Amino acid sequence: MVTVMKHAQKGGAVTIGFAGSGRSESDRLGPVAGILSFRWVLAAFVLILWFVYYPIIDNFVVSTKSQDIFTGETAFIGLDNYRRLQGDPVVRTAIVNNVLYAVISVVFQVFGAFVLASLIEGLAEERSRRFWRAVYFVPSAISITVTGLLFYFIYQPNIGLLDSALTQVGLADWSRAWLGEEGTAIYAIIAMSQWQGFGYSTLLFAIAIQKIPRELYDAAIMDGAGTWRRLWNITFPLTREMTGLMVIVTITGAFQVFNEVMVMTGGGPNNSSQVLGTWLYQQGFIENDFGYGAAIASVIFAITLVTGFAQLWYTKRRRVEL
Amino acid sequence: MSIAYQSSETERTDFAAVLAKVCLVAFLTSLGIVVLYPLLWMALNGFKTNAEMFGNPFALPSGFSIANYISAWNQGIRNYIATSVIVTLGSAICTVLVSAWTAYGLTRSKLPGKPFFVGIVLGGLMLSPTVAVIPLVRMMQDLGLYNTYWALIILYTAFRIPFTTFLIRAYMLGLPRDLDEAAIMDGASEGQIFWKVTLPLCKPILVSCVILHVLFAWNEYLFAMIFTSGADLQTLPVGLTSIMAKHGTNYAVVFAAMTLSALPIVMTFFAAQRFFIRGLAEGIGK
Repeated sequence: MVTVMKHAQKGGAVTIGFAGSGRSESDRLGPVAGILSFRWVLAAFVLILWFVYYPIIDNFVVSTKSQDIFTGETAFIGLDNYRRLQGDPVVRTAIVNNVLYAVISVVFQVFGAFVLASLIEGLAEERSRRFWRAVYFVPSAISITVTGLLFYFIYQPNIGLLDSALTQVGLADWSRAWLGEEGTAIYAIIAMSQWQGFGYSTLLFAIAIQKIPRELYDAAIMDGAGTWRRLWNITFPLTREMTGLMVIVTITGAFQVFNEVMVMTGGGPNNSSQVLGTWLYQQGFIENDFGYGAAIASVIFAITLVTGFAQLWYTKRRRVEL
Repeated sequence: MSIAYQSSETERTDFAAVLAKVCLVAFLTSLGIVVLYPLLWMALNGFKTNAEMFGNPFALPSGFSIANYISAWNQGIRNYIATSVIVTLGSAICTVLVSAWTAYGLTRSKLPGKPFFVGIVLGGLMLSPTVAVIPLVRMMQDLGLYNTYWALIILYTAFRIPFTTFLIRAYMLGLPRDLDEAAIMDGASEGQIFWKVTLPLCKPILVSCVILHVLFAWNEYLFAMIFTSGADLQTLPVGLTSIMAKHGTNYAVVFAAMTLSALPIVMTFFAAQRFFIRGLAEGIGK
């Protein structure tokens, strides 16, 4: 009861802060109405705590155990799985691949998309602006499984588009089994991901650019500022918030990559295109080593927790500024 | 003299502007071809025979027989689409209703300790499915939900509640309170206000949330792959990989299957483009 009352006081104060609606009614009606109000959050709470929070805590417990999946016997082995992580060369490859994913995606899907969005928004007719935004967005609506399989075929040497296109423009020497060679597999997957994702971020930047007041551009044109100057001095600073958020979201996404790698190479050849997500799957579900898989999951958790807090902090700061 | 100078200057800038415009349109068009041609190629390959597949990949199919499409439809796509529709719609309804209900509680009810609950719900935004997947396998087996529709409906709902609640809450915070107060004067209870006043006012954001959820659930792969194993329970993304594994040598049917899986969501996008775009804009924050 004491805690409820304490929350009630805090809740009252915050209601004023958030919505500006005078005194919270729980202060007047007493704790009964307050307790009844829990029905509002009960369903969400049960679902989130049970299926989102608890498994993530349980994941740490699982990661300290070795388990025989057939007999179900578990043995506590402390931090052994984490020591194994340090010496696992595939974990190192996977982290490098996730970082590559993040860096290349930030270049194309944040900065590339920003430039593209400002080019599109610079077009005179609203009709053509809408047309290009929609065209580039189409791949983002399609599932990664479909686009992954599609590019699996595009990269095939015998029936694929890429090698025959290269041959036709006289670059036959460049053609190869893109997904079959250790040096190119991860880059081929990342390239597919850029093809699929850039339209989505272009659309988001376009929306941010639309919010910039036209008068700023008119004034800049009067002062004789050219296209690039306007881009650099008006569009870029005024969409900085969106850019920051997109960088964080893109990096978070790059460390959760799973689907496209799974569909296109399954991590091969010779584990050269493994990412943390697929290595987790390989260890946990193919090798049935749940403990080690859970330890890999903890690495993903640690990285996405940092980016998650960065996003929270960034969003909060942004809200205050506006 | 000065007039002549002026006009030649204008001509030059006009010429530069036209050249810039031509370059820009050329660039946008080539990028558009890079984006759309692979998708067109996918649909066209669904019409080819397997022999044509190994010819020039840029060639058009010799005829537009829909045999491959029918074959793909009967080899599983029909069942996968049915499963995907059930799971997507079931989880969309659960997610949006629970989230709207929760968002109301977090913004307008007499719930004490709101910041604490807001923190718990929004904290869920940071937790990714990948990290939870190993413990969830045993949990779903213990609950007897493994390999059922419910496993996916529950998990999609639970993992999307934080994000969806976040969007609806932000929208509710911006709604005027006059109507609520008028309803309270008339003696309406909180529940009545939620269903009769707040929910109708939230319709735009609810539509956006449904669209974002459909986009997520229709395309989700990790949970769908791990929590279903029978062919009659696989969603489209997982079913497509099994078609690939089973009929991997009959490329044309695989291409037809891929086209059929992509089609519903692409058509939805073009039909509801306005809502899509608004939904995405809300999704990234205002």
